[in-house]
Amino acid sequence: MLVRGSRAAARELQRSVLRTFSAQASPPPPTPPPTEKTTYGGLKDEDRIFTNLYRQGDPFIKGAMARGDWHRTKDLVQKGSDWIVGEMKKSGLRGRGGAGFPSGLKWSFMPKVSDGRPSYLVVNADESEPGTCKDREIMRHDPHKLIEGCLIAGVGMRARAGYIYIRGEYYNERLALERALSEAYAKGFLGKNACGSGYDFDLNVAYGAGAYICGEETALIESLEGKQGKPRLKPPFPANVGLYGCPTTVTNVETVAVAPTILRRGPEWFASFGRKNNAGTKLFCISGHVNTPCTVEEELSIPLRELIERHAGGVRGGWDNLLAIIPGGSSVPCLPKRICDDVLMDFDALKEAQSGLGTAAVIVMDKSTDIIDAIARLSYFYKHESCGQCTPCREGAPWLYDIMTRMKKGDARLEEIDMLWEVTKQIEGHTICALGDAAAWPVQGLIRHFRPEMEERIGRFCEQIAA
Amino acid sequence: MAACSAAGIDIPRFCYHQRLSIAGNCRMCLVEVEKSPKPVASCAMPAGPGMNIKTDTPLVKKAREGVMEFLLINHPLDCPICDQGGECDLQDQSMHFGSDRGRFTEMKRSVQDKNLGPLVKTVMTRCIHCTRCVRFATEVAGVQDLGMTGRGNASEIGTYVEKAMASELSGNVIDLCPVGALTSKPYAFTARNWELKSTETVDVSDAMGQNIRVDARGLEVMRIVPVQNDAVNEEWISDKARFQYDGLKRQRLNVPLVKGSNVLEPATWEEALVAAKGAISKVKGNEMSFIAGKLADAESLIALKDLANRLGSGNLKVEAGAPLLDADVRSNYLANSTISGIDRADVILLIGTNPRVEAPVFNARIRKTFLDGAHVAMVGEEVDLTFPVENLGAGSDALAKILKGSPMLKRLKEAQRPAVIVGPGVLNRPDSAAVLQQVHELVEKADVVKDGWNGYNVLHDAAARVAALDIGFMPSARAASAPAPKLVYLLGSDDFDPADVPADAFVIYQGHHGDKGAARADIVLPGAAYTEKNATFVNFEGRTQRTKAAVPRVGDARNDWEIVRALSEILEKPLPYDTTDQIRSRLADVAPHFAEVDTVQSPMWLNGEYFKAFKDRAGKVSAQAQPFSSSVANFFQTDVISRTSINMAKATHARNAIPH
Repeated sequence: MLVRGSRAAARELQRSVLRTFSAQASPPPPTPPPTEKTTYGGLKDEDRIFTNLYRQGDPFIKGAMARGDWHRTKDLVQKGSDWIVGEMKKSGLRGRGGAGFPSGLKWSFMPKVSDGRPSYLVVNADESEPGTCKDREIMRHDPHKLIEGCLIAGVGMRARAGYIYIRGEYYNERLALERALSEAYAKGFLGKNACGSGYDFDLNVAYGAGAYICGEETALIESLEGKQGKPRLKPPFPANVGLYGCPTTVTNVETVAVAPTILRRGPEWFASFGRKNNAGTKLFCISGHVNTPCTVEEELSIPLRELIERHAGGVRGGWDNLLAIIPGGSSVPCLPKRICDDVLMDFDALKEAQSGLGTAAVIVMDKSTDIIDAIARLSYFYKHESCGQCTPCREGAPWLYDIMTRMKKGDARLEEIDMLWEVTKQIEGHTICALGDAAAWPVQGLIRHFRPEMEERIGRFCEQIAA
Repeated sequence: MAACSAAGIDIPRFCYHQRLSIAGNCRMCLVEVEKSPKPVASCAMPAGPGMNIKTDTPLVKKAREGVMEFLLINHPLDCPICDQGGECDLQDQSMHFGSDRGRFTEMKRSVQDKNLGPLVKTVMTRCIHCTRCVRFATEVAGVQDLGMTGRGNASEIGTYVEKAMASELSGNVIDLCPVGALTSKPYAFTARNWELKSTETVDVSDAMGQNIRVDARGLEVMRIVPVQNDAVNEEWISDKARFQYDGLKRQRLNVPLVKGSNVLEPATWEEALVAAKGAISKVKGNEMSFIAGKLADAESLIALKDLANRLGSGNLKVEAGAPLLDADVRSNYLANSTISGIDRADVILLIGTNPRVEAPVFNARIRKTFLDGAHVAMVGEEVDLTFPVENLGAGSDALAKILKGSPMLKRLKEAQRPAVIVGPGVLNRPDSAAVLQQVHELVEKADVVKDGWNGYNVLHDAAARVAALDIGFMPSARAASAPAPKLVYLLGSDDFDPADVPADAFVIYQGHHGDKGAARADIVLPGAAYTEKNATFVNFEGRTQRTKAAVPRVGDARNDWEIVRALSEILEKPLPYDTTDQIRSRLADVAPHFAEVDTVQSPMWLNGEYFKAFKDRAGKVSAQAQPFSSSVANFFQTDVISRTSINMAKATHARNAIPH
């Protein structure tokens, strides 16, 4: 049996042995056998991070400690910031909030040496992307995972304190979180000398008032400071000038909550799931026209069809009754059935399919859906939630909604479909934050994949008018 | 964006303004930066070395077209009835970057208009949400009155509850507004900007010498807007400077008047001057007194002084003005740090001044210095200066306390550029000699004047004051012993001290408005207002500036110094100058800085020699206990022009209606 550290030596030995018996010139060094998997999904129970996702056990301190939370957290903390960030980098974890930025890298942007300002961790629990309900499950059924994660992440980014910004509608989740927080404080896991590690870390829960835009990191910071939730210009990035002008990192609940488990089980374990660059397990929220809507933890890169059929009881009326799927929360473009047939659920595969993983909120629409109406409703949402700060989004989002309202009836001219496309392109990428993009993408997805339906609708309307 | 401007490339913008914080919300200034996948807002992007910025690529063009289209979809098509028409950023830029046709077929948004008071008119449907006005109000004017409410397309700019803007600088939002959402209420629907004749001149509503542009049509001043002068008013002006122009059309003196049987009756110039000669020849030289008003220009001051001296009188004074300041040492009555120098001060002590009403634009400048980290303290009545000020006490006892050694004295001593600003609240007091001695002692003790920095500042409240001191328009040494005047010559003086004009005195009033002075007068000689003459003024930092005639004089009125010159001719004591150039060279003979227009000649500092002399001269006066209060009770109405202005009356009314 080879010791792990001497694997390279063993390989060299093997090569020299081969050379000895070979009659020919020494062959090129053989490529290491492909260790990458080719099939994904079917996450085994022992590999689940969120073991109390369905509240089979006690969500609070007793149950949490029984599930392994807060187990030797002190040791993890004492391994230090660099170790934590290094392990996170190795695990390949990408942010679970939607953009998918590598978490270890993001945490490493925080200043190593303070210039006198404290650093802050801000946890984005303003989960308001339509279709998404993963953070809710974590906060109400496994709050200690999040709180322990805050400590770990806080240590990783040398933060003095953390703020969990929870959306106002999550009333019960807030209560659960606050209860768990007071339990953690009572146990000495937080506060001065957290877990006996010698590190001081405080955690607070702040409530939002239910604005979608406050899920954008800089708007969230503004809101946390007590101002109107309007995104800031970047640069400067929050890692330089964030909450109260201090270095801040804003991360998603799920990203933070998985951190302790990754550190305990090792980054290699986490990286063993999913395709390259799309490592790990992920909570998927499957809703819409499926038989059993659910939130489930699965391996990344699981085929979309398998995800739905294994966990959500399949599409209502069978796979063939599928019309389209929005794979990552309302702001990513929808995918028609022919792409859904074999697309993998991870960041890169969905990007290739001109959509995105987003928050992994899978919204399934069967053939009974009026897809134009559905997207029009999303346009209404973005019109309503636009903060009104910058021009393209403030003016463009309502315009999109107006056109979509007519499109849904067919009360439009054919060339207006192209105009609609152009308008989305005028919004996309021209705004301060990503809400402009989010307003544009669903409409783009609709035009990209369902243009014949739109044209047909317009034709039908013209006939009606004529008749 | 600044980098691009420096390179000579103009980038369209709406929300960006160099004197306001960066909002980056209009998205008009998007440019392409190499290696950046998305276009970036050039106003917010710091330029870096080796950065490759492209401003004329198809991507940039497309982005601008897109943003312009979005701005226009909800902008009403009411340019023909919009006061901004012809000088509208949106209009201009849509000509450059916009499409020649619209494809927006939905309903446009409409927004209810807000009532911001009698000065600023709102047509909120035109608003493009650039937030310049909000940023100006919070950052420069220092009032939290404006803000954005609502979200998305429903967001509106406004005062959160309906009220007038409680600022002396509110009119500046009119200039800042890139569209016609905020326009001037008094100017509304009166003129088009292309039919106006513009004249760059100087304001006289306070002693700051704000640079203004008078826009006139024919005989009428239609509006007044600021002219950028970084050394003085940057690009702001006070509401009084902007809106008092309607006072120029009312209560004007347009013919000479001579008192007949108890009533002033119109007369010809000849009759009036002959009547004046008759009155003057009846009294002895030192029985005559000459009082100049707040708005007197340097030319008429020197002419009147020369005439008075020729008539044997030295009884000259400026109304309500600093009797103890003397003309010998210029640094004694100027803001020696200069207006722009205040930007660099690190500790500022205000004594007996409320700059917010005495010179609001200067107050905004002090506010800026405060925001840059300066410590500002004041001795005087508690007032809201729009920024937090440490109040050290109300009167001279507080000064005494500072002198005895207080944290403030230490702070001033340790500061690199400390500034002490003495205001009219001190200069006009009966016990000003005592208070000034305290101030002098403080200046000495705290090392306010040092190499390369003179922190001793006097803030005046009237435009004529500094020029009068420069000329020496003040009581001569013998004036104190003069008998009660039998003849008083008022040069535009309306706020004179009644004690200076005895009931039996014969009064000649020369000025442009029928106010208290003319009501008291036996002879009225109609002069010209500041928009009607080429005249010289010196602001409180000692900057010589000249007004230019923007409109003709009213009726039979004459240029002020020319009236005095004509009178001297009638009196057979002709003054030795016939043209403006000649009188200006006389001015330069008296004080050379009159020839140096638009510059500040920093006066010599006599290292306390003057203070010693002052002490000897003033003698023993004890300081009174009553608090230092500002000389300006109502910012909007301080002189004849603003008192006759309906705009200012309305503004006063609106201000009084705001609950404090």
